[in-house]
Amino acid sequence: MNKRFAFLTILLSLSLVLAACGSGGSESGSNQDCEPDSNFVKAGIVTDEGGVDDKSFNQSAWEGLQAYGDEHCLEKGEHFDYAQSNSDTEYDSNLTRLTQSDYELVFGIGYKLTEAIEKVAEQNPDTKYALVDEVAEGDNIASITFKEHQGSFLVGVAAALKTETGKVGFVGGMDSPLINKFEVGYIAGVKSIDPSIEIDVRYAETFSDAGKGRQIANSMYNSDADVIYHAAGGAGNGVFNEAKDIKNNNPDRDVWVIGVDRDQYEEGALEVDDTEYNVTLTSMVKRVDISVQDVIERTMDGEFPAGETLEYGLSDNGISAADTNEEAYTEDIKSEVEDWKEQIQNGDIDVPSTHDELDEFLENL
Amino acid sequence: MNLQKLSGAWIPIVSIIFGLLAGAIIMLIFGYNPIAGYIALIEGAFGNSYFTGQTILLTTPYILSGLAVAFAFRTGLLNIGVEGQVLVGWLASVTVGLLFDFPMIIHLPLAILAAIIAGGLWGFIPGYFKARFHVHEVIVTIMMNYIALYSTNAIVRNVLTDGSDRTEYISDSASLKASWLSNLMPNSNVHTGIFLAIVAALFFWYFIEKTKYGYELKAVGFNPHASQYAGMSVKRNIILSMTISGGFAGLAGAMEGIGNFGYMSLNNGFTNIGFDGIAIALLGGNVAFGVVLAAGLFGFLKVGALNMPLSAGVPNELVDIITALIIFFVAASYMIILLRDRLKTLYQRIKNKLKGGGRS
Repeated sequence: MNKRFAFLTILLSLSLVLAACGSGGSESGSNQDCEPDSNFVKAGIVTDEGGVDDKSFNQSAWEGLQAYGDEHCLEKGEHFDYAQSNSDTEYDSNLTRLTQSDYELVFGIGYKLTEAIEKVAEQNPDTKYALVDEVAEGDNIASITFKEHQGSFLVGVAAALKTETGKVGFVGGMDSPLINKFEVGYIAGVKSIDPSIEIDVRYAETFSDAGKGRQIANSMYNSDADVIYHAAGGAGNGVFNEAKDIKNNNPDRDVWVIGVDRDQYEEGALEVDDTEYNVTLTSMVKRVDISVQDVIERTMDGEFPAGETLEYGLSDNGISAADTNEEAYTEDIKSEVEDWKEQIQNGDIDVPSTHDELDEFLENL
Repeated sequence: MNLQKLSGAWIPIVSIIFGLLAGAIIMLIFGYNPIAGYIALIEGAFGNSYFTGQTILLTTPYILSGLAVAFAFRTGLLNIGVEGQVLVGWLASVTVGLLFDFPMIIHLPLAILAAIIAGGLWGFIPGYFKARFHVHEVIVTIMMNYIALYSTNAIVRNVLTDGSDRTEYISDSASLKASWLSNLMPNSNVHTGIFLAIVAALFFWYFIEKTKYGYELKAVGFNPHASQYAGMSVKRNIILSMTISGGFAGLAGAMEGIGNFGYMSLNNGFTNIGFDGIAIALLGGNVAFGVVLAAGLFGFLKVGALNMPLSAGVPNELVDIITALIIFFVAASYMIILLRDRLKTLYQRIKNKLKGGGRS
């Protein structure tokens, strides 16, 4: 009986101590030295299954929203927040919940929310909505898309310049029109440098299973591919793990990963025998954060792009190839990529975005 | 008799209270207000007619997937393949909804029937393997899940569409949506499938408890050797049980296909309706009424939990822990029974002592 009492006492005191810590922590997080912008827009995002720590576009969107909050001295929960979805059924609930909690502008992150956002937007004509990655129909919806094929083209150029085996790989999440854009742009980029380079294209059929991504990467590296571009969200983390594992066992072997959505330089870092390596060649950076901030700023100015489709690309820095890994991503590669980038921006090259366009592109090469 | 029934009912209730308390302690430890947290949970699930509708919406497939697992379990079979059976049922109902154009009175039952048959077939295969070749049903059903996931994706991508990520919407004549129900809970996706689910639960109860077939299925579950000796065909019953179980699961798929979504999209992973069905069946004690209640609890927790981060600031991860704790305590009702028996003997002992004291 005594023992039990002692246990309870410890538990209670522990909870009190931790409770004190917890509330202390949240207080220090808020901004006390500034006043919230009176002009603010109450904005929220609804993520897909990836959640705000997916190291990919959900996280990027949340970073954009947080940056907006910092800039205008706003507080999470009060002026901006996110709602995480765990299944397709929950998109509808989350969108409606934010709407009913008086959010003026609600973002849906990912093409999977298209149907839900169209339905909710129709039911709530007074609220503004924005969808990332897909075009949604509606008078109160702004659609945000990216020219991923252009960025993929550039990293394809980098991959072609980097490969020594003459074979590169592509790992996609789902075999869907959106991810096909990445694949097609990449192939076009690689083939523009050297049409003889072989490209191994495979789809993991998942955005979340890192094991699946790793398995595919393993078989690609084993069959002599040395650069793999992944557009597979969480499954792509498996590609990094496999590359790092190979590097760990044999630091002399050159294997590279090209990241996606965010600059995935940190994902590729490892240390073998006190020497630092990084397997991330570059990343196809898609600035969802910039687009989110942009749409909010426009809304603050009273210019919400209702019913419009905003397309971010190379010229507005919505899409770029990361050059963080200076050792691997050499000056030569960088200048060559810049060269192609200019040609795309000038309109000299029309980067394909579908398989049909790719066939045509390759024929004219 | 009556007293016994009552004591059976209070165990889950006490378990839920224990689960809520454990969740409250977790919230306290991490510095969140448990009362605000639970108010957010309840408001999130029943705060207004929209959220009530969403809770019913989520409960509907859970009832059916729970029944599917429970049905096989009564015959001593573990159907882990509900997930795959849900997917093929979903696909079948949407395919019928897309391809044909009949009046509703034919079209809707046809779509539902297609889902039941597809799910039943997906359950029949492991049942047949089990009966004929003694291959354990758990292994076959797990593998069948993957076959279902990847082949439904392939069919959606290559057969029903031309490389797109989802099918078109089904025609209205195959939809379970009804305007009178939507008007009752405006904007929510609630559909008439909930009535089908309840009918299915009644069917489950009637079939298992009141028919000869149900009796045989149960007998095989209790002791296959004795049943064989008594002249029942164990093989036939195993196949029958898995097929009907798959039929329930297929119907759960139809709830998503022609009820909730009205289309089928590429799934980049399992829906978890089937896996949650295992927990729901166990929670509900593998009886029809219990499964309906357990499915309701799951629907309530899943929809309500979404509100906790927004209204009470409780982080998502913590919400998952709290809902898991509630389910854990309900599932661990044996602990509660043990506690009750301890208390009973303690009470008896004190009473005896007092009585003894009075006599001397």
